[in-house]
Amino acid sequence: MIKAEALSKTFNCGTPMQAVALRHVDLAIPEGQFVTVIGSNGAGKSTLLNLLTGDANVDTGRIAIDGLDVTRWSAPRRARLVARVFQNPLDGTCENLSIQENLALADSRGTRRGLGRALDAPRRTRFRDHLAALGLGLENRLDDRMGLLSGGERQAVSLLMATLRPSKILLLDEHTAALDPNTARLVMDLTETIVHDNGLTTLMVTHSMRQALDHGERTVMLHEGRVVYDVAGPDRAGLTVDDLLTRFHRARGEALDDDTLLLDA
Amino acid sequence: MSWPAFLGAIELGLVFGLVGIGVYLSFRVLNFPDLTVDGSFPLGAAVSAALIVGGTDPYIATGLAMLAGAVAGLVTAALNLRFQILHLLASILTMIALYTINLRIMGKPNVALLMEPTVLTPLETIGLSVMLLKPLFAFLVVVVVAVAVIAFLTSEVGLAMRATGANRRMARAQGIGTDATTYAGMALSNALVALAGALFAQMNGFADVTIGVGTIVVGLAAVIVGEVVLPSTRVALAVLGCLIGSLVYRLAVATALNADFIGLTSADLNLVTAVLVAAALILGNRRGQIGAWIGRRTTVGGIARNGPVRNAAAHTGTTGPPLATTTSNAEARGKGGAE
Repeated sequence: MIKAEALSKTFNCGTPMQAVALRHVDLAIPEGQFVTVIGSNGAGKSTLLNLLTGDANVDTGRIAIDGLDVTRWSAPRRARLVARVFQNPLDGTCENLSIQENLALADSRGTRRGLGRALDAPRRTRFRDHLAALGLGLENRLDDRMGLLSGGERQAVSLLMATLRPSKILLLDEHTAALDPNTARLVMDLTETIVHDNGLTTLMVTHSMRQALDHGERTVMLHEGRVVYDVAGPDRAGLTVDDLLTRFHRARGEALDDDTLLLDA
Repeated sequence: MSWPAFLGAIELGLVFGLVGIGVYLSFRVLNFPDLTVDGSFPLGAAVSAALIVGGTDPYIATGLAMLAGAVAGLVTAALNLRFQILHLLASILTMIALYTINLRIMGKPNVALLMEPTVLTPLETIGLSVMLLKPLFAFLVVVVVAVAVIAFLTSEVGLAMRATGANRRMARAQGIGTDATTYAGMALSNALVALAGALFAQMNGFADVTIGVGTIVVGLAAVIVGEVVLPSTRVALAVLGCLIGSLVYRLAVATALNADFIGLTSADLNLVTAVLVAAALILGNRRGQIGAWIGRRTTVGGIARNGPVRNAAAHTGTTGPPLATTTSNAEARGKGGAE
């Protein structure tokens, strides 16, 4: 579970480039919940994720994961609790290492690494089984360089990597945004399976309102660093993309006062 | 080339193979362009020589030389990680500082070791001539180091170190303390270079503050030539490539210096090395054009002999440590084109 209290973050504070990314955001996600996060560019979605992973430090506020106050923890230290998949498949894997080496890295996430061999026969067998389950034919390419895989394949492997070790939360950062529609669907199906099978507490940031409603149990809309809409349960069940757009426009309208010219569909 | 000159080239090639492995660790594994080696090579020589002259056992002296090299690497890493100084500049600062430190350690610009015991002394009882013993001993050391480095790089920690250089953000997301792996890698890299310096001093009978000039270029030459000879992303082959690259480079240099008709002397060595490395890098940057040129030639001539070259280039791929693959491809293509 995730508990974020009064998170604030401003970039380039005190300079002409000053940009407020988050303003006193409170967010509590109970164990096992799948939350989708939407918002326009600059709404603070990525900042929220980066604060949760420890890639960025909070200005004020507190973050607790699984009951542990991790506000001051570095990203590597949080890796024991947090698994993530990056938006760009290039970010989440090492292209110059082989597929099995990438998997081995993820298989030791958050554990103490020793001088034992990173790859042994049992591990390879296990990796092969996991890859076979993806149904992409990657099980015979353990020794291939990650860079030889397509974006979709890399993202599928990234997802697998995120789930090799138990984690408390799974963070998905627009992880299908860089993929073509077919591959995106495949990766999304895979996501559903993995999240469901492991009962993971998941936060998925997305640009697509459709995706935000089709997946997960709760949707949070961010705008200009604030949570402007938070919906779950029966209220969300009947929600359409149009409803969400209306909400979105209302939020924008309030923020921009009555500058209706900007309210394009 | 005479037999002694050949053995001398092999001996130097092996000793600088250690430098090659060190440079491979910083430049390729950690992606940290580290010029500290120009200072840590003479540091290893200075520390071991000063200690041996002072009566310390040569093996202990060599061990302490490695330790000194490791500290030099840690200083560079700290300047970069802790104090945010650009890695290249950080390493140059350490390198310059080491010049003074080496002078201070030896107390004078050079120390003679001709009459002193060295790491070779206990082995002289075997009965082999010193001329053979030196390359043989260097070979043993290099094999032990290479096997250890390969074992390390394929271990959990070693893999974490490789991930640090390949994709820092991903490494951190996997729980890898990237600062710690960088410190460790820089220490290991410079310890190996200092070991090379210590062996060089003991085999040649002197330590001098100026022997470090151009160490980085020679090390880089070993890495680059190795990548041409053994193009692979596999650690074992890459490390082996550093050794083979160093040997090939030394043999080429010895051949050039021994061929009277070329008229090169040992004074020309640094210029030749620099030109060679620069040429390899320039070819790497132009591989697209060269590839196209080869392609045209092949079609016009209707000869398929460049086929394997192109396959090799395709196999190494378009990505990878930019210096690494581009260079090897370009070299392969350059050679094909020159045929």
